[in-house]
Amino acid sequence: MGVMRDLFCSGHAACPGCIEALSLRHVLGALGPDTVAVIPPSCLAIMAGPQPLSGLRIPVYQPPLASSAASASGLRRALDARGRRDTQVVVFAGDGGTYDIGFQCLSSAAERNENLLYVCFDNEGYMNTGAQKSSSTPHFARTGSTPAGKPTKKKNLTAIMAAHEIPYAATASSGFLPDLLRKVEKAKAMRGLRLITLLVPCLDGWGVPEDQGIALARLAVESGVFPLYEVEDGWRYTLNEPRRTRPVREYLQVQRRYRELDEDAVETLQREVDEGWARLLKNSGSEPEFEFEVRAQQPEPGKFGL
Amino acid sequence: MRRLLTGNHAVAWGARLARPKVVPVYPITPQTPVLELLTEFQAAGELDAEFLTPESEHSVMAACIPASLAGARVFTATASQGLMLMHELLHYAAGARAPIVMANVNRTVASPWAFWPDQTDSLAQRDTGWVQLYVESAQEALDTVIQGYRIAEQVSLPVMLNLDAFYVSHALEPVRVPPQALVDAYLPPYAPEHFLDPERGESWGNVVTQDMYCRHRQALGAAMDRVPALAAQADREWQERTGRGWGIVERYRCEGADLVIATLGSMCGTAREAVDELREAGVAAGLLKVRLFRPLPAAALRAALEGVRDVVVLDRNFSPGAGGVLHQELRGALYGMRDAPRVHGYLAGVGGVNVPPGKIVELARGVPRMDSSFEPVWA
Repeated sequence: MGVMRDLFCSGHAACPGCIEALSLRHVLGALGPDTVAVIPPSCLAIMAGPQPLSGLRIPVYQPPLASSAASASGLRRALDARGRRDTQVVVFAGDGGTYDIGFQCLSSAAERNENLLYVCFDNEGYMNTGAQKSSSTPHFARTGSTPAGKPTKKKNLTAIMAAHEIPYAATASSGFLPDLLRKVEKAKAMRGLRLITLLVPCLDGWGVPEDQGIALARLAVESGVFPLYEVEDGWRYTLNEPRRTRPVREYLQVQRRYRELDEDAVETLQREVDEGWARLLKNSGSEPEFEFEVRAQQPEPGKFGL
Repeated sequence: MRRLLTGNHAVAWGARLARPKVVPVYPITPQTPVLELLTEFQAAGELDAEFLTPESEHSVMAACIPASLAGARVFTATASQGLMLMHELLHYAAGARAPIVMANVNRTVASPWAFWPDQTDSLAQRDTGWVQLYVESAQEALDTVIQGYRIAEQVSLPVMLNLDAFYVSHALEPVRVPPQALVDAYLPPYAPEHFLDPERGESWGNVVTQDMYCRHRQALGAAMDRVPALAAQADREWQERTGRGWGIVERYRCEGADLVIATLGSMCGTAREAVDELREAGVAAGLLKVRLFRPLPAAALRAALEGVRDVVVLDRNFSPGAGGVLHQELRGALYGMRDAPRVHGYLAGVGGVNVPPGKIVELARGVPRMDSSFEPVWA
């Protein structure tokens, strides 16, 4: 990886301990300066501003919320027309701007296989407006618009985008930076529409202390809730390390958004994760995993001060 | 070269001659032939541009804006519901000062569904910051696409040219297609001062303060204010090269007129016949064709209507609760004018209802006995 060139400035307006800011810094570093970013309204857009300042050392175009992939397509084609074919056009969008309001144009851009890198900073809700549910919000999670817990499951963006048979669709976590950076480098070297779904715990929206973001990002992967994998051309699945080693309960009990979950709900979520894993193992042609034991395990004392 | 072209195909020829570099476009009746001819030009290697066919008009305009901000000349075309779906982006484009040129085929807005000529679609976009021109013929459509870029790129504002569904979009007529060299000399390649590029580090869309926002709107307004003179100049220079000029407003047989019919688009063609008939019958009637509608060329309108007793405004559009849009706008433009003419608003041809010359003659003949009224009248 070498020494990262920092293209993200200090002094931005993200919350203290924000994992999204940390992730953005590393993703930008891997992309390098020959990049133009498209950033729709989101926490990321707050970090990119305000005028006359810029949080990023690259040009940024901020489109309306429903149009990131379409805007990036237009930008891409204009750069192509000007002979700037090697300049990366990257979208940094939140899950609301991707799974929901921006999804139609993302699907179309994928169908056209536009030469874009699309990074969805997935914090599982509309966090910039104070934590309301998006279609990325997981089952049972409480948000400002689902005060009794979300009654339906999280949309599987990565699988849907892979089904467009785009060159590259991958999940990544800020808790496993080398894996994330490898994926950004890999995507950068490809052409066509490339998607990275990057899980970023939102400290305030998920209800975790500000020094626990990375620990939780790791726990999301280790509990199997957010598996790390890549899909090339829509069908070549690769399961990345680490695989799951811990029960879902450990992930749930440290987040305020899952407060007062009953046993049935915990079991339901564990079952959903088990089923997801079984599908993923099948798709990737991996060996069936060892019998996964659902255990109730308390977090280490003092680790999550809730 | 003279070709037999529809208004839509004349638009496509105008676009081709303007050499756009990015063309995002989505099909919609009655605009689709614009899209089809442009894609044929590209497939035949006659138009060197990046084409995008996104899933919606919203995405079309979303793609147009940063393509323009990245330094490319951009063209698109739409109609009716497509324009409605773009609404958010129309404001965005003007705010971004993106000199996009778009043709809009004026068609009824649903619901209920209909496909007839009606200008409510574009007139409802009058506050979005787009320059708006209304054309009467295929020839004027072709010329206006090219003039549109001249205007747009001088003031960094998007330009919408409007042609009526079917009457203009699908009517065939002989059109003079100017040589490419003539157009190239008239319209140099787009070379903006600012554009998105990693080597320049300029951005667009950042959050601004109240004061910055207010100043930005004032700058947009100042750019709009420059348009009437620049549009007139663009038209004069086009006329010098081609022999064809259209004016920002046109006065047809207005010499010594007591009564002037004012309207937009294809209705002007019908009104010309009505004016001829009235003149033959000894009525001092004329036509004021409003070609540039945004910015509203208030000074030109006042000058054109000075000394006129009655103005009959024909609106092929309807703003419920307010009436005809041109009627409102014209009254506003004439307000405070010494000896201002009486302004009579008629909702004529709304929803594509046919308005023959005889109907206009009949309306004009009834006017001298009437005071002008605030309320428009369904003709």
